[in-house]
Amino acid sequence: MIRWIKIPVFLACLVPLGLLAWKGFHGMLGANPIEVITHATGDWTMRFLLITLAITPLRKLLSIPSLIRFRRMFGLYAFFYGCLHFMTWLWLDKFFDWHEMVADVLKRKFITVGMFGFLLLIPLAVTSTAGWIRRLGGKNWQWLHRLIYISALAGVIHYIWLVKADLRKPLQYAAILAVLMMYRLVMWLAPALRSTKSTIVRPVDA
Amino acid sequence: MLIKKSSDIASSEITPKATYFNRRTFLAGAAAVGAVAAAGFGLRELSEPSQAVSANTKIDGIKKSGFSTTETITPFKDVSNYNNYYEFSTDKYEPAGLAKDLKTRPWTVSVEGLVKKNQTFDVDTIIKMATPEERIYRHRCVEAWSIVVPWVGFSLNEFIKRAEPLGKAKFVEFTTLNDPKQMPGQRIGVLKWPYTEGLRMDEAMHPLALLSFGMYGEVLPNQNGAPLRLVVPWKYGFKSIKGIVKIRFTDEQPPTAWNISAPNEYGFYSNVNPTVDHPRWSQASERRLGEFRKRPTLMFNGYGDQVASLYSGMDLRKNF
Repeated sequence: MIRWIKIPVFLACLVPLGLLAWKGFHGMLGANPIEVITHATGDWTMRFLLITLAITPLRKLLSIPSLIRFRRMFGLYAFFYGCLHFMTWLWLDKFFDWHEMVADVLKRKFITVGMFGFLLLIPLAVTSTAGWIRRLGGKNWQWLHRLIYISALAGVIHYIWLVKADLRKPLQYAAILAVLMMYRLVMWLAPALRSTKSTIVRPVDA
Repeated sequence: MLIKKSSDIASSEITPKATYFNRRTFLAGAAAVGAVAAAGFGLRELSEPSQAVSANTKIDGIKKSGFSTTETITPFKDVSNYNNYYEFSTDKYEPAGLAKDLKTRPWTVSVEGLVKKNQTFDVDTIIKMATPEERIYRHRCVEAWSIVVPWVGFSLNEFIKRAEPLGKAKFVEFTTLNDPKQMPGQRIGVLKWPYTEGLRMDEAMHPLALLSFGMYGEVLPNQNGAPLRLVVPWKYGFKSIKGIVKIRFTDEQPPTAWNISAPNEYGFYSNVNPTVDHPRWSQASERRLGEFRKRPTLMFNGYGDQVASLYSGMDLRKNF
């Protein structure tokens, strides 16, 4: 059953890219299309990170344990949009000028922190398969994948550090991240609230 | 490391081989789609001809100017739909819609401070003070994008002559309209309202400094600063204040909106300078709207021949 739901969800996650591509081909991205693409891919990286982080609290609070089946997809989409965002900078901004790229990463702190957040996602993407859960062992795998907390925080700081004066959107992401992390904090501090259903290595209902 | 028994993982959790391989191909394919999309708009940018579409009143009797550049003019639809006008919105695509109902008549500009006498000019009186000229200027935003705009106006010094500033006036301060009812962006404190800007007297008197009331042969669209704005092409775009309601002569360097917002990032002078970076990004290159590759930024936005002498002896890193 879940198998079939995964298909429309998978396609829905591609819609932001599809819209961007469609608008791009039809000249509907406005006066500065590269800026729009950079911002859109960055936004969707952040959004998918937050969606991924929302799975665990939502499945607990709504008692829908099968939501876990979508977490990897959303996490990989965060990485996917992150790759697009990174490619946009690498190609359309730096034109593969390695010297310029290194200078950017070293001098522009918003790029440093953004690069850091993106790099953290690479081991997560690579080890996203069940094979890797087996190889690392569930506990180690879980610890490794908590790097997403740092990556999401790096994303928020990246956004805060790049806006000229309007902090509203970056702070919105910060607020959502704070709520999602607050859930984990509460779970960690109050063991009685933890149920047996929230760890990945347990068998999951089909 | 303990090797988990395979029974710890339900067989339903194991990624089917097909999906496992498909995911890799999907990632590669999607990356390709993304790359093609990026290339697509890039080609569009290179091939689309410029289109002038507007509904504003034509200005008669426009003279050509020797100050104009021969570079390709940015299409009107881009210049009128991509505006940093925080009084309306911090989203560059929104002012065009939000500024539609801005009342630009009646509109007065008050002249105050170190002048022979305080005056209030109706904007239509100001517009008739000198022959309108077409000045095709490069316009460089501090965000590192640029456009080429055929402004209509005359040198600011024509207006200053009639304002009769006193000898001891060293600076000119400009103020934008403050009206949160018409300007929704002013309802939040993203900048200190009203927006103020300033020039040194010799900068203001320089013939290149333009008092503008039109573009592309027609009256300024609201989102571009109607009915009256400044264009100081050798400085970053935020110095070219829009919607002017007050011009005050003073002997003290006036506070300016972006300098108030971030004094270490936006200086009073803000001359376009590829060797002095913004603290958070480089100013060495810029994206000319409509072009795919970035281009190197020019000192004084390419107007060094005309204005460099204003700053001889000045440390432009300290006075950024």
